[in-house]
Amino acid sequence: MKLREHGVWGALGLTLIVGGILVYADGGSLFTQSSTVSLLQRAAGLGIVAIGQTLAILAGSLDLSVAYVISLTSLIAAETMDGSSGMIVPAIIAVLGVSAGIGLLNGLLITKLKINAFIATLGVGLLIKGYLEQGYAGPAGSVPTSFQRLGYDRIGPVPLSVLLMLAVAGVAWIVLNRTRFGHHLIAVGGDLDVARLSGVRTDWVLIRTHIICSVCAGIAGLYLASRLGAGAPRVGSEGGYDLESIAAVVLGGTVLAGGRGGVTGTVGGVALLAAIDGIFNQLAVDPFFKQVVRGVVIVAAVAIYAMSLRRKAPGKVATA
Amino acid sequence: MLQLRGVGKSFLGVQVLQDVDLELAAGEVHAVVGENGAGKSTLMKIASGVYHPDAGTVRWLGRDVSFRDPRQAQAAGIGIIHQEFNLLADRTVAQNVFLGREPLRRGLVDTAAMNERTASLLASIGEESLSPQAIVGRLGVAQQQVTEIVKALSLDARMLIMDEPTAALADHEVELLYGLVRRLKARGMGILYVSHRLKEVFDLTDRITVLKDGRRVTTVDTSSITADGLVRHMVGRELSHYYPPKSAEAGQERLTLQGAGNNRLHDISLALHAGQVLGICGLQGSGRSALARAIFGVDAFTRGNVHLDGASIRLSSPRQAIRAGIAYITEDRKAEGLTAQQSVLDNAMLATRALSPRWFATAGRTLKARELLAAVEVHAASEEQEVRYLSGGNQQKVILARWLALTPRVLLFDEPTRGIDVGAKAAIHDLIRKLASEGAAVLMISSDLPELLGMSDRLAVMRDGRIAGELPGTADEETVMRLATGASS
Amino acid sequence: MSSLALRARKVSARQPILLILLTLLFVLAVRQPEFYDPASLLAFLKRAAPLVILAAGQYFVIVAGDFDLSVGSLVTAEVVIAARLIDGDPSMTWPVIAIMIGFGLVVGLANGLITTLLHVPSFITTLGMYLILVGAVYTWTGGSPRGALTEQFRMLGRNSIGIVPYAVLILACVATIALLLMRSDFGKTLLATGDNPRTARLSGVPVVRARVIAFILSAVFAAVAAILLGGFGGVSFQVGAGLEFSAITAVVLGGVALGGGRGTVTAAMLGALTLEVLFTLLNVLGVSGALKSAVQGLIIIAAVAIGARRSRS
Repeated sequence: MKLREHGVWGALGLTLIVGGILVYADGGSLFTQSSTVSLLQRAAGLGIVAIGQTLAILAGSLDLSVAYVISLTSLIAAETMDGSSGMIVPAIIAVLGVSAGIGLLNGLLITKLKINAFIATLGVGLLIKGYLEQGYAGPAGSVPTSFQRLGYDRIGPVPLSVLLMLAVAGVAWIVLNRTRFGHHLIAVGGDLDVARLSGVRTDWVLIRTHIICSVCAGIAGLYLASRLGAGAPRVGSEGGYDLESIAAVVLGGTVLAGGRGGVTGTVGGVALLAAIDGIFNQLAVDPFFKQVVRGVVIVAAVAIYAMSLRRKAPGKVATA
Repeated sequence: MLQLRGVGKSFLGVQVLQDVDLELAAGEVHAVVGENGAGKSTLMKIASGVYHPDAGTVRWLGRDVSFRDPRQAQAAGIGIIHQEFNLLADRTVAQNVFLGREPLRRGLVDTAAMNERTASLLASIGEESLSPQAIVGRLGVAQQQVTEIVKALSLDARMLIMDEPTAALADHEVELLYGLVRRLKARGMGILYVSHRLKEVFDLTDRITVLKDGRRVTTVDTSSITADGLVRHMVGRELSHYYPPKSAEAGQERLTLQGAGNNRLHDISLALHAGQVLGICGLQGSGRSALARAIFGVDAFTRGNVHLDGASIRLSSPRQAIRAGIAYITEDRKAEGLTAQQSVLDNAMLATRALSPRWFATAGRTLKARELLAAVEVHAASEEQEVRYLSGGNQQKVILARWLALTPRVLLFDEPTRGIDVGAKAAIHDLIRKLASEGAAVLMISSDLPELLGMSDRLAVMRDGRIAGELPGTADEETVMRLATGASS
Repeated sequence: MSSLALRARKVSARQPILLILLTLLFVLAVRQPEFYDPASLLAFLKRAAPLVILAAGQYFVIVAGDFDLSVGSLVTAEVVIAARLIDGDPSMTWPVIAIMIGFGLVVGLANGLITTLLHVPSFITTLGMYLILVGAVYTWTGGSPRGALTEQFRMLGRNSIGIVPYAVLILACVATIALLLMRSDFGKTLLATGDNPRTARLSGVPVVRARVIAFILSAVFAAVAAILLGGFGGVSFQVGAGLEFSAITAVVLGGVALGGGRGTVTAAMLGALTLEVLFTLLNVLGVSGALKSAVQGLIIIAAVAIGARRSRS
């Protein structure tokens, strides 16, 4: 249990120490400001999506449509703003509205039409993808420089985007741990029948969870639009945000079946992935090799979690 | 506080309860006893709002009530602790207790208040040692049970229904439960205590209501009756069912266990003879099923010796056991016996196919499966019908056909007739006897004592993971019950 | 209700996918009768072959209760590996094809063993494998595909015997193997495993072995699909992109339940064929290719929603 909650932070620490030594031996420094900042900025986008994904997975669901939601909302943001600072607020409202709508659709398909979450969100993702491919060949719209500051500004060494991610994580943490909805969400993921018997309105919980998950993807879309200066129809899918966000969540110790885990672990998972990236960058190892390491790390992490879970065999409610 | 008058209930034309009266006073612990199928659980479900009675009235705190669902009964103050707990393993005690009703402060869950209120509820029943912040999945069964009870208390329950509360508890935990029940009683809580175990009934309860075949036999003060007297009330059901004649003599020893054990079983020595049915009786949790599963290699023996037809064997997986000629008809058909979405024929051929897979279906094997399905008289629309649509009896026959295809030397039946109608029951009894007479050694587990007595050539009684004694097949119910419950004779 | 409609209902109750396919084929016949010229029909089958083969492979994994998200990246990896190893040398063609099949086998074995023995959910195992394969081929080739495929290699994707393309023959072989496997005792025990692994184990099914074999079949079928796709087009990192989802879509469209134990391999392959017919029809109707995925998304949601409704009633 400890391992599952804190393991990822231990792994992160170890990675940073070992990586730092390796980089130092290589004649570089892991913590040069520029490299750290660019790393953090890249991690922030994934982090925001992964936090939303954490809620979906905790509730026993998952969301494969996030990558396309990101692309779509980056376009909505950039096209609504169209270079004018005055349109920033309407653009943000539009993005949040559209992403919430998509989340609502996901939630309704899963709860009311009883479609498996994998299929429902995959289908919705494909719908959005079709719309994007139909309407856009390349980047569109433009983001005013004032909004680009979200992507590039930093306070001291800390990029604004990281603060945004931490804010999202903070809100998610409060939602999960300090609101009724959060308690019910975890109950739904832990055991749907127990939740229902205790008076939890399970469908409504799942629907709200999916809305939040989609809105997180929308926020990531806003952020990416500010980074790119424009909306991009393939930024989400090419970034692999759907599967990578799920990977970051399970790396952080949240169980794919739901009911166990949390956002702290996910932030750690995202940080670990970023740290691996950073070390490999500094060591000038083939950039693609880090992808291999990622894959190995994720599978190994889940295997270790599974092993520790079976050895202690806790987490069972007895039946006579 | 609770009064049931003339309550009746039938399912699909079968009268499960008839004209039952029951009264529970505040501060009373009232035992409901009876054999399996006597109607105890139906009665409890009526009291807790799961079922509606067909006849009679339910009065609660002086008013006639008709609960729509268990939640309404809960809200009215009737709590029920099921054998299967409704808890989230990964959440704390307090989170479980207040699930769905988390206390708020300024819109946020007030964790401190939640823990505090849970702590005071725990303290009120003398369970201060249990932390409200403990994760339920890491607690022992007894503490999980306490969590369930506290959850009921938090709903202001004024009476509790406890369904076989000690079935899953270890001996020292039972003592703790005793204390808890007494403290609840002292607070004025009424408790309906359903149990098989006579010792508990005598230790804990004020009055006892005995059910038999859906009717109330009697309600007596606990102090006015002896264990023997109680057993006599419970048993002695008229034999409405004729069992096939028993075997004349024992054949050779087929399967012998010497000092076998694992983490749930201790020092088991038994012999199964060819041509005979060995009945295993014991209360729930006494290790009956664990014995069958250990022989079959599911949770294998870790100690002792097992011989099959004289040869020493060690079975560590079902596959090995099946290869050795052992078959196991599980207690839980749905979870372990069927592949529900596959056809009747596929289910019947599953073991054959698993043990000697072929590339091409041979007419011979299919034919044999069909013959077996016909021989055990499975009634299905067609052999292509999904097995989940069959009645329980027919499903059980399909499973039997699956094993018969391998002509096993040893058959382990775990509750072979549970949830099966009378007609199919008789058919399965005949089949079991026929298999024995053809030379198989049969081990049969059943909670239905008359059935076990009717079927067995010999009996072994289990208690707490051990063999408490062996009896001839002619033993009477009282003797068996005394041995199984540990009631002194 | 007329007897024809009644019969149609019966067929559709058994294989709803067949009804959808026939309807689409009918519309296609009306709009573009040329589609039914043997040559163009065969060309269609050739185009459809890789997805049908992938769907058949994915079926084994899904029906046993698992997922294989690694097939798309495996296809890419196989094609890139083939190009680099052959590097234009005709004599290398057949050895490399053997290597491709062998590589598929190893990947499938790894997926299967990690999932079953280390108890990692197959979703994560194959997601990890996906990342590993993508990263590995990029690393190995330094970012852009190198080498070239030979004509002999491409022949399998491009050429024909008489009018029958090799691809169609290979498809026929793979489909036959898949059908035979599912009719064999192995297939039945695989279904039983996906339906109820506990029952399967207690009935003597070697559950771990069955699941591992399913992963191996999926990966080896992906290798075969890669051989065809390598012949169709150029060598690129995009050749397998998204194929895992297309394959899963096809399987689910065929009425095969995620979670296992339900559905036939024929229906899974028909699901793939239906997707391809649908795309052809959209082309014919002048719907832009870009909307392809939107239609795919709609179809899969509708198919599963109807399936869920049916199974509840």
